[in-house]
Amino acid sequence: MKRIVSVLVENRFGAFNRITTLFSGKGFNLHSISIGGTEIPGLSRMTLVTSGDDKMLDQIIKQLNRLIDTVKVVDLSKEPLSVRELALITVQYIKGNRTEISSLCSIFGGKVVDITSKTLTIEITGPPDKINAAVNTFLPYGIKEMARTGVVALKRGEQVRANEQEFLPNNS
Amino acid sequence: MKQHKPIMSGADIFFECLRLENVEYIFGYPGGSVLKLYEHLYDVDFLKHILVRHEQGAVHMAEGYAKASGKVGVVLVTSGPGATNTVTGIADAYMDSVPLVVFTGQVASHLIGKDAFQEADIVGITRPITKHNFLVRDVKDLASNIKKAFYIASSGKPGPVLVDLPKDIIAAKCEFEYPDTVELRGYKPTIFGHSSQIKKAAEKIHKAKRPLLYVGGGVIMSGATDELKLLAKENKLPVAMTLQGLGAYPGSDELSLGMIGMHGTYWANQAITNCDVLVSLGARFDDRVTGRIDKFSLKSYKIHIDIDPAAIDKNVLVDLPIVGDAKHILAELASELTEPPATDEWWEEINAWREECPMEYEKSDGLLRTEYIIERISEKTKGNAIIVSDVGQHQMWIAQHYKYENPRSNLTSGGLGTMGFSVPAAIGAYFARPDKPIISISGDGGFQMNMQELITAAANKLPIKFFIINNNFLGMVRQWQELFHAEKYSFTDLSQSNPDFVKVAEAFGCVGMSTSSVEEVDKLIDKAFAITDRPVVVEFKVVREDMVFPMVPAGASINDMIVKRLSPKLM
Repeated sequence: MKRIVSVLVENRFGAFNRITTLFSGKGFNLHSISIGGTEIPGLSRMTLVTSGDDKMLDQIIKQLNRLIDTVKVVDLSKEPLSVRELALITVQYIKGNRTEISSLCSIFGGKVVDITSKTLTIEITGPPDKINAAVNTFLPYGIKEMARTGVVALKRGEQVRANEQEFLPNNS
Repeated sequence: MKQHKPIMSGADIFFECLRLENVEYIFGYPGGSVLKLYEHLYDVDFLKHILVRHEQGAVHMAEGYAKASGKVGVVLVTSGPGATNTVTGIADAYMDSVPLVVFTGQVASHLIGKDAFQEADIVGITRPITKHNFLVRDVKDLASNIKKAFYIASSGKPGPVLVDLPKDIIAAKCEFEYPDTVELRGYKPTIFGHSSQIKKAAEKIHKAKRPLLYVGGGVIMSGATDELKLLAKENKLPVAMTLQGLGAYPGSDELSLGMIGMHGTYWANQAITNCDVLVSLGARFDDRVTGRIDKFSLKSYKIHIDIDPAAIDKNVLVDLPIVGDAKHILAELASELTEPPATDEWWEEINAWREECPMEYEKSDGLLRTEYIIERISEKTKGNAIIVSDVGQHQMWIAQHYKYENPRSNLTSGGLGTMGFSVPAAIGAYFARPDKPIISISGDGGFQMNMQELITAAANKLPIKFFIINNNFLGMVRQWQELFHAEKYSFTDLSQSNPDFVKVAEAFGCVGMSTSSVEEVDKLIDKAFAITDRPVVVEFKVVREDMVFPMVPAGASINDMIVKRLSPKLM
């Protein structure tokens, strides 16, 4: 079963590597990882997609918490979530099927972001299932290249962080 | 008015920080990237630098110092090979939760990543084996990083922290200010246990018919041995200890069941299998203790007290976790337990196991055996020496036969099982406790892995006793070869290739002695202790093919013990 773990981590030299090293060193699965800034200065948010039974997930959370650079670790697996991933897909076209590909793109709510005499580059955003469905749809036309960001996720409604002040450094 | 802060060089800041951290000793070795630090060290008088002969030795010395004193051990080495040579020691400290701060030199910042001379990415290399590490990238961060390093190493579950110091950072200058406190938003160790959990634990122990305390090294690190004694004594609770836990409770006391685990006592292993309430104190359910995990202590309600939340449910699922410092939790637990549980029947059972399979060894043939030597040392020192063991058969015999009376007197490499630990660690222990007899005990194999440090002991005129248990075999590996690997003694026989240990001792400036006779053991121990102006090496030539029993074979459940050798031909 796929699990999503959200980690607030200090934006420090080597901090991301510490987390990936932990996963490889402890034999934890890591399917995707995405990292970006947050609203809090000096903190990044990592969204990790992993898999394993409850015991392994318990250890993943605890071992992540044990790292000095991690400030908050939350298992989002059992929460109501907003989950998004972005994909850029370059699809080949031949005479006559360009419009067909464009309209399939609209069905997935995608956008054509680049075009050449032979290819269309399509941007699609959504939950991973939707991206997978789009990829399967474009596959028969010939996918030249693809890049996916990996999942980002936030809990719906109430903030994951209980109290914003808690994570601000004392001197700020 | 704004206070004027002094402008200082990185090197001066470095030593000023060490002074403020009350560092007494640095174990180190100079080299290109740390020349500037050594230049300043020349005039430093508040600490003593111990020059080692190999950087691995420096880390084990710092470990010995830290384990014997409870303070942070400090290492200083150069970049590249100096740094990589510390890796085994750091991994050892990480496994056994020893507080260390290891300073490594690094090539100048602009050369990092250029494959410069003596460059190694030591921060990358040690990331999985340190509690935390730093590459100092600006001299302005130097003081705060050193402060954090000492705080992280010594707080919570202790461990090694590495600080990598590029050459240009040491030379650069900035305003110096040492922070009073450390603020790390991602690191807040839990100290006090949850009160309602502690109350619940007290109730469970009170109602138990067969309670057992399972004590690990965490109790010693936390300084909770008095609290443990109180709890055990007032409630008449049996105390079984892990290898690292030995010393937490007096080995000669009637409540002590000795060591638990693969080579533990028969009665301790029976007790852990049959208890109804198991209280784990600062221990981590290591595979050497649990044996086959799905057969481990099935009848018990498990209470796990540990400062590391990640230790909970890692190997064994427990019923009642209490995260926090053992000292506080044990005190609270003892005060909650107003009435002792009824354990008389349980003690009868335990004593029956004691009689069923006592710790025995062959004496009738008059040959010299390790068990006898350890018994004699235990008796002569009354369990009050600091014993620094190496790794292998002798280590298990020490654990079985030396009756440790005090905490911080059992120094051994448990988690990583590092051969070559004993000789340097004993040197570090001496600097921590010069008032105590320090006895290093190694096998002939492990002794040779760091025997270069004998010269460090001799140069400092340390009266350490280095005992070698020589069976001309890598004994523990040989034992497994005999039992489980078709008696193929592949590369474990050292009889044709061992050096003359007496000559080795003399070449390194130590007194060397040797014996193979039972009668001479006492005499040589006394002789060794009579020499107080330099190190003594005593080689005990013991029976070659002795085996450590009782023993739980790998993969068997912990009460399923081989108690003696099945083929008496070799006894």
